[in-house]
Amino acid sequence: MKKPSFTTLMLIAGLLFLYLPMAILMFYSFNSSRLVTVWAGFSGRWYIELFRDRQILGAVWTSLRIAFFSATMAVCLGTMAAFVMTRFTRFRGKTALSSMVTAPLVMPEVITGLSLLLLFVHMAQMIGWPTDRGMVTIWIAHTTFCSAYVAVVVASRLREVDLSIEEAALDLGSPPLKTFFQITLPMIAPALAAGWLLAFTLSLDDLVIASFVSGPGASTLPMVVFSSVRMGVSPKINALATLIILTVSLATFLAWYFMRRSENKRRMAMAQQDAH
Amino acid sequence: MKPSPLARLPRALRPGRGWVIAVPLLWLTLFFLLPFGIVLKISLSEAAISVPPYGAILDYSAETLNIALSFGNYLFLTTDTLYIAAYWGSVKIAFLSTVLCLLIGYPMAYAMARAPARWQLVLLLLVMLPSWTSFLIRVYAWMGILSNNGLINNGLLWLGLIDSPIRMMNTNFAVILGIVYAYLPFMILPLYANLARLDGSLLEAASDLGSRKINTFFKVTLPLSKGGIIAGSMLVFIPAVGEYVIPELLGGPNTVMIGKVLWEEFFHNRDWPVASALAMVMLAILIIPIALFHRYQSRELKE
Repeated sequence: MKKPSFTTLMLIAGLLFLYLPMAILMFYSFNSSRLVTVWAGFSGRWYIELFRDRQILGAVWTSLRIAFFSATMAVCLGTMAAFVMTRFTRFRGKTALSSMVTAPLVMPEVITGLSLLLLFVHMAQMIGWPTDRGMVTIWIAHTTFCSAYVAVVVASRLREVDLSIEEAALDLGSPPLKTFFQITLPMIAPALAAGWLLAFTLSLDDLVIASFVSGPGASTLPMVVFSSVRMGVSPKINALATLIILTVSLATFLAWYFMRRSENKRRMAMAQQDAH
Repeated sequence: MKPSPLARLPRALRPGRGWVIAVPLLWLTLFFLLPFGIVLKISLSEAAISVPPYGAILDYSAETLNIALSFGNYLFLTTDTLYIAAYWGSVKIAFLSTVLCLLIGYPMAYAMARAPARWQLVLLLLVMLPSWTSFLIRVYAWMGILSNNGLINNGLLWLGLIDSPIRMMNTNFAVILGIVYAYLPFMILPLYANLARLDGSLLEAASDLGSRKINTFFKVTLPLSKGGIIAGSMLVFIPAVGEYVIPELLGGPNTVMIGKVLWEEFFHNRDWPVASALAMVMLAILIIPIALFHRYQSRELKE
């Protein structure tokens, strides 16, 4: 057998480094002891307690709703921005728009959170809205930073797709909007789905920005988890973490499986064409 | 670049064009650009015991407009050594974490880019998957591993290698470990994208001409992957400077980082003007790294 190279060994070690802590977390979620680090036998009691915790369940529901609406709005805004960046000729403000679109990608969260909260406070003083902060203000904040990620994902796809099909449609007299919905949209649909999923997970995951712009009314899941883990390690959070990791892994596996299947199909179709 | 077909149409035929530009532009101006102006404004006002807790800059009374700009908040930051220590501590910890991420991430990205084609997607998904789970929970995972009665200390005690637990939680070591762990995928992603595009024929040419492998790496591969190194490093360094969650959960009293200080000024002391001044100074420190990232990003988008 060939001796594995240094980089291959590093890759294996790096993946172990990434996955071991999560595996340990999942393992200890089945521990019957309250002390998380002492193994006292297999038990599923923390899962039962988790599903009895109304505060956590409520926060899950709040977070899921915010994430759904943020991701949906972010896909609309991000796709528009990506379209402007890739398909439109120069116009005044294009550079400004492009840099504003990608700026939230690397902005420290405390700055984004603070600045948005101050904006909402000002708006409340000047136009009387928003009277109280909660889901709507979190939705606005999440939409803003998520659309940056969507724009980058969609723009890279828009650059790949063949322009000539769109051009042909336009040359044959199809109106731009119709061309977009009938030609461009189906071609970039996978990128839209990827962007939506990315925005959804980003919104579900955000703690800092939500803590700034939320009011007393709305607590998202990360906010509840954070206030709990601040006090120390808790087996209920381990159970929750296990469920989150399993869900994300399953979704990723399904995405990979369908990507591979469509890739195989395409390859087979191409092979058949070559045979003819 | 080829002119877009939309541009060739007469103006009357594309009524939607203005809207497609206006909607994202308005949204971002209102919810991204304008808030920075407000932070700047509040950083120049004086703290007051009121709701909201800051004084007005513009005051119109007796038919005169008074503009009171207070630089006191900025001066205050220089007088208290806590703030300077926090900025310096953040930059130091973020820098060390970025270097470590690069040292771990580069070989990983290199191995991924050299892996057989059918493996590459799987490896990429494996590297990115943790970042899709939950940032908070991945940081939390280390609490159970590093604490005094945690997994590592229990293991070492059981093996008899140590007599009393080593303090790892609530140290700068734990914070750096946490940052490296949390941000490693963001270092690997741009590096992999860059290295996967690397033209293999250049490496072949170098080896045909008798260059040793290590020499080829430093003379060809490394310079060509500069863009990926910059992008990955900035994706780690910039958020790490402002990091709040990791120093709060894994750090101790000796860990002073600016994100945490800003959070405490805002939520505990309710001193909004000082928190705003802290944010503005942080932005000023980060402006060069952010500009670097944008230059790379716009070059990447043009390709």
